[in-house]
Amino acid sequence: MSNLLTASIGRKLLMSVSGLFLILFLFVHLTLNSFLLLDKVLGFKEVGQMFNAGVHFMGTNPLIKVIEPMLALGFLIHIIYSVILTVQNMKARGPQSYASGNKTSDVEFASQNMLVLGIVIFSFLAVHIMNFYMRMKGFITWEAGEVEFPFFGSMAKGENAYALVHETFKVLPIVLLYIVGSVALAFHLSHGFWSSFQTIGWNNSKWMPRLKCLSNILAIILGGGFSVIALAQYLFF
Amino acid sequence: MEKTINITLKVWRQNGPKEKGRFETYKLDKVSIDSSFLEMLDMVNEQLINEYKEPVAFDHDCREGICGMCSLYINGRPHGPDDDVTTCQLHMRKFKDGQTITIEPWRSAAFPVIKDLIVDRRAFDKIIAAGGYVSVNTGGVPDANSIAIPKVDADEAMDSASCIGCGACVAACKNGSAMLFVSAKVSHLAMLPQGRVEGARRAKAMVAKMDELGFGNCTNTGACEVECPKNISLSNIARLNREFLSAKFQD
Repeated sequence: MSNLLTASIGRKLLMSVSGLFLILFLFVHLTLNSFLLLDKVLGFKEVGQMFNAGVHFMGTNPLIKVIEPMLALGFLIHIIYSVILTVQNMKARGPQSYASGNKTSDVEFASQNMLVLGIVIFSFLAVHIMNFYMRMKGFITWEAGEVEFPFFGSMAKGENAYALVHETFKVLPIVLLYIVGSVALAFHLSHGFWSSFQTIGWNNSKWMPRLKCLSNILAIILGGGFSVIALAQYLFF
Repeated sequence: MEKTINITLKVWRQNGPKEKGRFETYKLDKVSIDSSFLEMLDMVNEQLINEYKEPVAFDHDCREGICGMCSLYINGRPHGPDDDVTTCQLHMRKFKDGQTITIEPWRSAAFPVIKDLIVDRRAFDKIIAAGGYVSVNTGGVPDANSIAIPKVDADEAMDSASCIGCGACVAACKNGSAMLFVSAKVSHLAMLPQGRVEGARRAKAMVAKMDELGFGNCTNTGACEVECPKNISLSNIARLNREFLSAKFQD
């Protein structure tokens, strides 16, 4: 284990593991987001109760309180090491670029632009945190009032998080920004997912196409899911 | 009748490692499309010598695609526009009449330019010297059939062993990473019983040397695999990662 993180493959391992951890988070996030649409889709009378219950659960569950700092750490590691790796790679590439450009075919667009996509996602993340997280956690005040909703068989009281999301997604530029963020995320994942398995060492000529296919499916589910939810909120709610 | 083309060349000229380089343009007429790219460069040099100018320095040796000596980044691709060949196997029929061909050396901090199109690729030799071998004790030669090797493993080891160490992977990589080269060298030994014994030590030593020499970190773009004249597969890199990580976790 000694000096693992000073080796190139060790640093890549950190990127890979933190990336996979963040993908897990994205699935939890998408599941909760789907509540924004689900109660209308399922035909419940009061729209927003399901989402409010979900937000209440995430805000009060002790397990989430433990995972939240871990998640922040995951983001930090992924971002810091991406910068370290990129700086090292630029140095390794040397100052002189090719005058005749790069005409290598069949190279994924995403794989060549992971940093740029990451920066787009990071910028989106900053706006996103300001929009919702800071407000739901009470760092920024907002007036939505308390509502009652069913919570594991009984009724619970909590802030009307649904109203906040609903109001935010009434603004078209914000919806468009969320779609841009989601599409960048989709491209980022279409390379990142299979690449992380490659870095861990779980790959061969048989699994390469399978993992790449799975990457694309994952990218469509997550990137598409987040975009569709934001757009549906704007159009139908 | 032999078909010929007229071409314009933009060639990188650099007098020495520390000097500033620049592109120079040469016109070359009546190049047979059946000639190889290096034969075309020989024609350029003959023309330059006749004009009392200094010929273009470029690496070459066997001229049949097995030594890994020729390099050259031609029109945006290492080893030129053809697939799965080295520069010496590239033919002028791949170019059009009147075309401008840009020729550059490999660009990578670990491969500094020595002169014109020649780069110093001794970094690869240093990586091999760090562990890319099997320690063999002298003595009687054992019978080859006494160690059974599955055909699949033998084939895959042979595929990995076909790496000629030309450096096209590094030249193509946006990160200047040598992972395809190192992984091929680690793989072809790791898949055979004779090389397996030293597998862990080899992976650690070669990766450490690769990092020390300033090669970049692999981000699995796959450009190396596309440009490799010997079709070395990206799955070698996964195997190297596996070898290296399991060796490290055992420490």
